[in-house]
Amino acid sequence: MKVVIQEAAFDPWKEVSTYQDENIGAGKHGASVTFVGSMRDFNDGVEGLSQMYLDHYPGMTEKHIEKVIQDALDKWDIIDAMVVHRVGLINPNDAIVLVVVWSEHRAMGFDACRFIINDLKHRAPFWKKEANEDGDRWVEGNTVDETADIHSAEVAATKKTG
Amino acid sequence: MKISVKYFANMRDNMGKAGESVEINDGAKVSDVWSSVSDATMPENTLIAVNMEYTNADHVLNDGDELGFFPPVTGG
Repeated sequence: MKVVIQEAAFDPWKEVSTYQDENIGAGKHGASVTFVGSMRDFNDGVEGLSQMYLDHYPGMTEKHIEKVIQDALDKWDIIDAMVVHRVGLINPNDAIVLVVVWSEHRAMGFDACRFIINDLKHRAPFWKKEANEDGDRWVEGNTVDETADIHSAEVAATKKTG
Repeated sequence: MKISVKYFANMRDNMGKAGESVEINDGAKVSDVWSSVSDATMPENTLIAVNMEYTNADHVLNDGDELGFFPPVTGG
């Protein structure tokens, strides 16, 4: 498992290959499911976004994401997972978040990756503030993926009831 | 007892500070700390964490706890 919260820009594809080469045994995985979230220059009817500031709760952020990955490892038969998430100032087209899940088969990988990114969107303590030429504003909410469960508590409930 | 209170995002802007140390009676709940730091009603969608774990306004605090108040999250 790897969780990194950083201000510096990163190349998500390099992160995937580096971690995979160093930590996932050759020939052991059949799927590496990857989600990369990038900054658009428009959002929620606001055009011309020039920059975004991403605030977070240092310490809680890392702790929360590590727990979500552990929940995914407990719930699905996957090999490993990693998350890299930017904070601070971000420019359009920059990668904001990377989620990767390695598994033997694709179905488990897709489900686990979706579970992790949906939790990041709705539970991990990050806050976006967008800026354009008219000023800046805190983003009030993320879009909801209705198809996936997002709360760690639901994993606990699933495990309790088998 | 002493509680370390932290504010994030627009709540930090509204409070005019990133955090503060609050002295409060033993047995106090999260809601009691809010009443001591703000005259306003706590916004309905406020999220609460004690020692970096999500909880609610009825959570009973202990000396030295870290209490975070913040709005709905928007990461990813």
